[in-house]
Amino acid sequence: MDKKLEPIVKAVQDKFGSTVEEFRNEVHMLVKPEQIMAVLTLLHDEQHFELLSTMTAVDYYPQSAPRFHVIYQLTSLAKNLSLQVRVPVSGDIPKLPTASGVYNAANWRERELLDMFGIEFEGHPDPRRILLPEDTVGHPLRRDYPLGYEEPQFTFNFEEVDLGKPYAKE
Amino acid sequence: MSQIEEVSVAKFKHLVSERALTGETMLLNMGPQHPSTHGVLRLLLELDGEIIVSCIPDVGFLHTGIEKNMEAKTYQKAEVMTDRLDYMNPLGNNLAYVMAVEKLVDLDVPARAQDLRVILTELQRISSHLVWLGTSGLDLGAMSMFLYCFRERELILDIFELVSGQRMMTTYFRPGGVWRDVPVEFEKAVRDFVKVFSKRVDEYETLLTKNPLFLDRTMTLGRLDAALALSFGVTGPPLRASGVEWDLRKTRPYMGYEQYDFNVPTRKEGDVYARYLVRVQEMRESLKIVEQALNKLPLGPVRSDNRKFVPPPRSEIGVSMEALIHHFKLWTEGFPAPKASVYSAVESPRGELGVFLEGDGGPKPLRVHMRTPSFDNLAVLSQIVKGCLVADLVAILSSIDIVLGDIDR
Repeated sequence: MDKKLEPIVKAVQDKFGSTVEEFRNEVHMLVKPEQIMAVLTLLHDEQHFELLSTMTAVDYYPQSAPRFHVIYQLTSLAKNLSLQVRVPVSGDIPKLPTASGVYNAANWRERELLDMFGIEFEGHPDPRRILLPEDTVGHPLRRDYPLGYEEPQFTFNFEEVDLGKPYAKE
Repeated sequence: MSQIEEVSVAKFKHLVSERALTGETMLLNMGPQHPSTHGVLRLLLELDGEIIVSCIPDVGFLHTGIEKNMEAKTYQKAEVMTDRLDYMNPLGNNLAYVMAVEKLVDLDVPARAQDLRVILTELQRISSHLVWLGTSGLDLGAMSMFLYCFRERELILDIFELVSGQRMMTTYFRPGGVWRDVPVEFEKAVRDFVKVFSKRVDEYETLLTKNPLFLDRTMTLGRLDAALALSFGVTGPPLRASGVEWDLRKTRPYMGYEQYDFNVPTRKEGDVYARYLVRVQEMRESLKIVEQALNKLPLGPVRSDNRKFVPPPRSEIGVSMEALIHHFKLWTEGFPAPKASVYSAVESPRGELGVFLEGDGGPKPLRVHMRTPSFDNLAVLSQIVKGCLVADLVAILSSIDIVLGDIDR
């Protein structure tokens, strides 16, 4: 771990009791969902993590508790450090508080997570889908959402597949 | 029977001012098919006369599910999808992705491959900035810029075709190195380009930098201050034009960028003109890097010899049993990656291009997320266009330099 990062990680650990993992020189901090706002505020206000580089999620389906990890990738320009904060969330429609009050960048990223994973952010100023049309059913980046493909049409199933095709009839 | 559907205010009422609800201001659609939105971007504008009261960007028209598709492919095969993200910067996307894979499986890259990667991504940066300069000149009425910029871009695309066989969708960088060594004509082609290009940048500058019409259209327009930019996650030239010296090539060097002597151009003003100056200066700096990398380009292998991750050369397959087995295993099954996640970022022409990659122990990624710079850079647009004229919106939008493939993924 980077020498400069150690006191920051320790400060968060002492206050919130979060666990820390290291992989290839990256520090990943696991934080409970109810603490995430306090952790982000502390990192932003006191530790100079001014940039939320990205925010994403991972779906561990069929595992159910926790099913998702929401990931906040933070960057400190002043100290040239990176820190990843992971929040395990469970449930079919998981809920987290919105981080858009701390980082404006979270606004669109949270809309993307709502769109793609169906994770809801409470208190979000503009909770709409961002990339997909608003009448879309389901959340495509979930692991239980099919990739979608077209069944190959052979002689033996020609008519069966043909019936399902969206031709302009009449 | 067709009817023009009115834009429903109800859906956006938390985003527009109260005057829109009474009909005092007008809602106007700009795009998705509009020449100066640089792709399929729809902007919903609330206008008071010609003054913009609020601007609501609507993205997703180019969504192709790249992240989902990559989860269904092995690590090597998922790479072709990255070319299609930011189609002005395919080699940069390849680099970001292969660096993430290399970090995940802990794979070294030979020195020659690193230098080739640097040369080609810097050429790509120049070509991306040329497209930006040409199209934003076109937006502001400097028609000839487009022709000049595309003339030089053609030279760069020819170099890409020389090394990879493709002008745009290159997939030239592979985990552990590059696809294959460059042909002998490569060095001359790059040197010829370096020789002509610095004079050509001077030509562009004589057309625009002190042109009073261009200054009138760009100076003090679209001011973005550093704190707002950082909060919105803006990176790349727009951030540097607001006075923050943050370039991943300098602050977190990768691929041996620490060996090159180059500057990170910054400006304090944060307006459209500052972003123009930063990008033009960046082209000159990139050219310096290309020249230095070409002068020190070492001889040697262009691919790692770790056969567990990198396929053996064709010549070995006929004579070596192990090579045949490795080749077969790598192309049918792929290589397994550990059950862990990495985040690796490079400086693309538009900002921080990051790849979040999580493996599940098998040959396919559990999750690939691309942190695309245009996504965050566009989010700040609605903040900086308030109070501008519609004609100025065009200049501001093109100065941010978005690529819709990058946003919608």
